Amino acid sequence: MNRIQQLFADKPADILNVYFTARYPGLQDTEPVILALDDAGADLIEVGMPYSDPLADGPTIQESGTAAIQNGMTLDLLFEQIQSARQKTEIPMVMMGYFNQVMQYGEEKFFRKAKEAGVDGLILPDLPVYEYEQFYREMVEDLGLAISFLITPQTSEERIKQIDSLSRGFIYMVSNSSITGAKKEITQTQLDYFNRINAMDLDNPRLIGFGISSHETFKTACQYARGAIIGSAFIKALKAGKEVRESTTQFVQKILNVTA
Amino acid sequence: MIAIDSRGYYGEFGGAYIPEMLHPNVEELRRAYSEVWKDEAFQKEFRALLKDYVGRPTPLYFAERLSEKYGAQIYLKREDLCHTGAHKVNNTIGQILLAKRLHKKFIIAETGAGQHGVATATVCALMGMPCIVYMGEIDIERQAPNVARMRMLGAEVRPATSGSKTLKDATNEAIRHWINHPTDTHYIIGSVVGPHPYPDMVARFQSVISEEMMWQLEEKTGRPDPDITIACVGGGSNAAGTFYHYLNRRHVRLIAVEAAGLGVDSGESAATSVLGTKGVIHGSRTLLMQTPDGQIVEPYSISAGLDYPGIGPLHAHLINSGRAEAISVTDDEAMQWAYYLSRMEGIIPALETAHAFAALDKLEYKKDDVIVINLSGRGDKDLNTFIKHYDQYNK
Ligand SMILES: Cc1ncc(COP(=O)(O)O)c(C=O)c1O
Repeated sequence: MNRIQQLFADKPADILNVYFTARYPGLQDTEPVILALDDAGADLIEVGMPYSDPLADGPTIQESGTAAIQNGMTLDLLFEQIQSARQKTEIPMVMMGYFNQVMQYGEEKFFRKAKEAGVDGLILPDLPVYEYEQFYREMVEDLGLAISFLITPQTSEERIKQIDSLSRGFIYMVSNSSITGAKKEITQTQLDYFNRINAMDLDNPRLIGFGISSHETFKTACQYARGAIIGSAFIKALKAGKEVRESTTQFVQKILNVTA
Repeated sequence: MIAIDSRGYYGEFGGAYIPEMLHPNVEELRRAYSEVWKDEAFQKEFRALLKDYVGRPTPLYFAERLSEKYGAQIYLKREDLCHTGAHKVNNTIGQILLAKRLHKKFIIAETGAGQHGVATATVCALMGMPCIVYMGEIDIERQAPNVARMRMLGAEVRPATSGSKTLKDATNEAIRHWINHPTDTHYIIGSVVGPHPYPDMVARFQSVISEEMMWQLEEKTGRPDPDITIACVGGGSNAAGTFYHYLNRRHVRLIAVEAAGLGVDSGESAATSVLGTKGVIHGSRTLLMQTPDGQIVEPYSISAGLDYPGIGPLHAHLINSGRAEAISVTDDEAMQWAYYLSRMEGIIPALETAHAFAALDKLEYKKDDVIVINLSGRGDKDLNTFIKHYDQYNK
């Protein structure tokens, strides 16, 4: 069992997955952010691979990616930073990026490197399920990496089943058809969608992402899935804050509604 | 055989590399487009609008002075005479009819030179549908007349302020808008780019160009095939239309002209087939300009319509397999041709189109070869640029 699967086996509810863009806000911040998230009580970390053209992301994540690229981010450096953080923490880590980045690095080399660095899972939102199944599934599964595919309120039942059969670890349940960082409140339509998915009896647990930004939205999401994913709101907190460790700790405590 | 397979690949290029949020939209389109294309009522409506509204067929004009100068039989396919001034409208007519059939209420588009934006705003006015056009901030400045035309036609022009502030980011913004409006909106892509089915769909709508060329050439020369066809390539829609019916007629040479900007090796270029490598851009596996780490590079060309870091998957396949030849033309060469063609034939070409003509100076051809150049658009939108550089090029 890899660390993600272990987490879901051990923790029945309220799983907090926090996304951040690697090398943001500063060049050397990847490891400090990872360690601070772990210490503050996050359960899972999604390390964003900064990309020039992140189609599924809103302005907040796009700007952080642009800044990180200007900071001189390369995938080799990122693997080094993750590997170094991995010596100090056992928190499950997922790499999130776009397929073009993987393709340029070399698909097989990328998956191997990720595994070596101590990465547990992958999220590649624009990798089609067909191409994954045909060309990469065996490689990824043999390495023991857990890949999470996305579903949205518009995803058909048939397709959800296919996605469930290919996903390992968890399914990324997009709360609303939107890019990241868009909406703030959770509506009845969304609750109906969450309920519909819960009734499907899928193999994979779900984490709800997109638009989760506060303690309230996190708690609501946790009632309808095993946990939730927060991205843009954390990037904003990092941007506004002075010191990475302090802003990370405060942010996670606010989401979990605990004080140190 | 050059053909697209059921998953939208031309050889190894194409496909639909899209986030799940786009899947229902793109899937709906994929199911609809080939049905609709075969539908008689659709064809009738499409053809009628092309004829009476766009003004097709566009003439195939024998350019006598150019022919004499170059020692070949040079014909110009006059897409500049389409309503709105470029080939782009062939595609927007097709897509708006499709959008109506899918009961869509809102239209979005991206634009570089503004020609596709104008063509989209035009068909939206025609059908009474609201229209939002994304356009890079830099392009809004350099193609001001087209921005004014879009507004005149009732469209909202939204500046794309991220990244390169040109066509690439206008396309990103349009795709994001579509993700946020998954059910009621149709995205009219302006070229043979994007996820399947767009490249094939847009190519079919533009294929009327070579369809007409065939019978027009037959009339004028006694045979439907030219020796050489030439078209400029931004994303590649006018080239796709020009090549379409000749793809599997191997004796016809297909010349794709790309923008070299300040020169292919200058670091300021948009010559994708030379500078690009295989990757994914805007949902399509194709050739694109990128760093070794897969970050998409910001291209450069004086021409907003060619300033794009990728090419459509059909062209990637044609060039990679040797079926089409790619030629790169600099800003300077295109500018010279814009003034030259104006004086030689009394036709002021769009800056994009001027690139295609410059291929005449770089090609090897036989005496009296029949050459068709697709005159994709007229130059009114570029007058500011032409006036600004007038003295430099007219000493
Ligand atoms: C006149 C003209 N020609 C060519 C192009 C390039 O587009 P494509 O390569 O899709 O034909 C444009 C794009 O704006 C244009 O306006």
